[in-house]
Amino acid sequence: MHVEIGLSHYLALSAIVFCIGVFGMLTRRNGIGVLMSIELMFNAVNITLVAFARYVTPVEITGQVIAAFTIAVAAAEATVALAIVLLIYQHHRGIDVDRINIMKW
Amino acid sequence: MDTITLVFFALALLIITSALFVVTSKNIFHSAIFLIMALFGAAGMFVMLEAPFLAAAQVLIYVGAIAILMIFAVMLTARIADESIIHTNEQVPAGLAIALGLLAVILYGLWNTPLTIHGGTPPSGGGHKLGELFLTTFVLPFEVVSVLLLAALVGALIIARRDPGATPRPNDQSAEQTGA
Amino acid sequence: MLELDKLIGFVGAQIAALVTALGLGPDWVTLVQLVVAALTLIGFASVMVLGLVYAERKVSAHIQMRVGPMRVGWHGILQTLADAVKLLQKEDITPSNVDRAIYFWAPIVTFVAAFAVYAVIPFGRGLVVTDLNIGILYILAITTFGVIGLLMAGWSSNNKYSLLGGFRSAAQVVSYEVPMALAVIGVVMLTQTLSMVQIVGQQEKFYQWYVWRQPIGFLIYFVAATAEVNRTPFDLPEADSELVAGFVTEYSGMKFAMFFLAEFLNMFTVAAIGTTLFFGGWNGPVLPSWMWFLIKTLAGVFVLMWMRWTYPRLRVDQLMGFAWKFLLPLAILNILITGLFVVLF
Repeated sequence: MHVEIGLSHYLALSAIVFCIGVFGMLTRRNGIGVLMSIELMFNAVNITLVAFARYVTPVEITGQVIAAFTIAVAAAEATVALAIVLLIYQHHRGIDVDRINIMKW
Repeated sequence: MDTITLVFFALALLIITSALFVVTSKNIFHSAIFLIMALFGAAGMFVMLEAPFLAAAQVLIYVGAIAILMIFAVMLTARIADESIIHTNEQVPAGLAIALGLLAVILYGLWNTPLTIHGGTPPSGGGHKLGELFLTTFVLPFEVVSVLLLAALVGALIIARRDPGATPRPNDQSAEQTGA
Repeated sequence: MLELDKLIGFVGAQIAALVTALGLGPDWVTLVQLVVAALTLIGFASVMVLGLVYAERKVSAHIQMRVGPMRVGWHGILQTLADAVKLLQKEDITPSNVDRAIYFWAPIVTFVAAFAVYAVIPFGRGLVVTDLNIGILYILAITTFGVIGLLMAGWSSNNKYSLLGGFRSAAQVVSYEVPMALAVIGVVMLTQTLSMVQIVGQQEKFYQWYVWRQPIGFLIYFVAATAEVNRTPFDLPEADSELVAGFVTEYSGMKFAMFFLAEFLNMFTVAAIGTTLFFGGWNGPVLPSWMWFLIKTLAGVFVLMWMRWTYPRLRVDQLMGFAWKFLLPLAILNILITGLFVVLF
């Protein structure tokens, strides 16, 4: 069986991983678990971007540049989010996102 | 089946199974390790898509920094051994429905969209073309991202710093904390 | 006959012929060649580590005015072999409360991260497993991956000394990666390429070595690399007097051997990278290329061993302060100066 791997295969893979990330983000109770699901979503988007860069604009690799920016922004976002999670843990002794539902304590 | 197809399906299997374990594992540390496997799978995908610089950057940044940060956070906020912790909230059926619905919509859209593929040779690796693009066409986003990273750095430091009158450390970890 | 690259080429051709005779395509030929190359490298690395462990014991002994191992073989030369046999035949104990899967995989991850770097190091003229066009970036990426093994070991051991040791080790390695990467960037700015083979190719003459053009960069790299491999004066994570044995406290037998092996492999790797980037790699006048490479790298390893018994150990806060408050600004300054020079001259 010779299947030619093309753009649609990469896009389908990204879609599957993105939806797994959505499921994780909606159902995880641990704050860090939610962040990990969000990282999965970021990665799915990066695969999409690089796949487009390879198949639609292979010479001027715009998608790769945007993917690089996405990686940098994801790093910044993960840093701040984890700092907030640590701060919540110090006050709440737990990071169960269902219980952190008031705006001040 | 030639090797490219084989490698693609192997990597895809790795990414999808790791992702499934990330969102369903009962032990948050195991989730972190599976996330690292998924990130490596994504790096492999980048190599297949003729983006070796981005693959190395992915491992360097995602696995080497973000994943380590997550593991540190897991270690510092752990209450893992308690078996009575429920790991998913009560929205599992709704979440599953939404995720599957979204997947169906996206795949339907993919199926019906004509994707125009342009031939052409990608630039040879080594990041030269990326470097050029960063400093010519994309110089403004590049500088803005540097400022963003600086802001995130300072913000995280300020947020996570324990002020002197704060509540004492909750569990029996030893006193040394090394800049996590 | 001492030209190893002809020997490698001959073996490679034989493998290609054999695999093609079995009816498989060119991709499978490459795969089999790579597997054979990897196995050869594992053999070479293992022998090298045996030699290095012996050398470490002898060097430390002579620095301390004693003689070291003398009984097993002539002047103790088979001592490491005896140690290896002892470790191999030990019972594989897993403590009861550990996280079994992570405990099992931690030494493997550390070993893989230590060893995967050897795929791009040019051991001699034509003696590189694969000439990646992102060579040095790949090495940096794999080095950052090694921290995961430390954290896994520290966490899964269910032991507060291991956890602390793991924390400290990971924090130290992560902190010193940044100045090391910046020092490497200084070199890359001059070489205009990330490929290890091309970097060596640009340093053919003695006066072309990058250590003359990047002296600060070399010093930063050397200090940061010493910290990366947890050698004194930066070896607090495994200081016997402080933390039992750091993150490997709960490991024994073959698993401990893997951590030990990984540490010595790292030492050799770091010296090899320093040689490639700053001292001309395998270039040299009379001897075969791989012999020059080994001489330069082993000289670097000797300096690492020498420093262990010369300097006292830094405290954790001194260590971290040194990385973030001194090495990092110095490395950025180095990049600034290099950039100015590249633009103006």
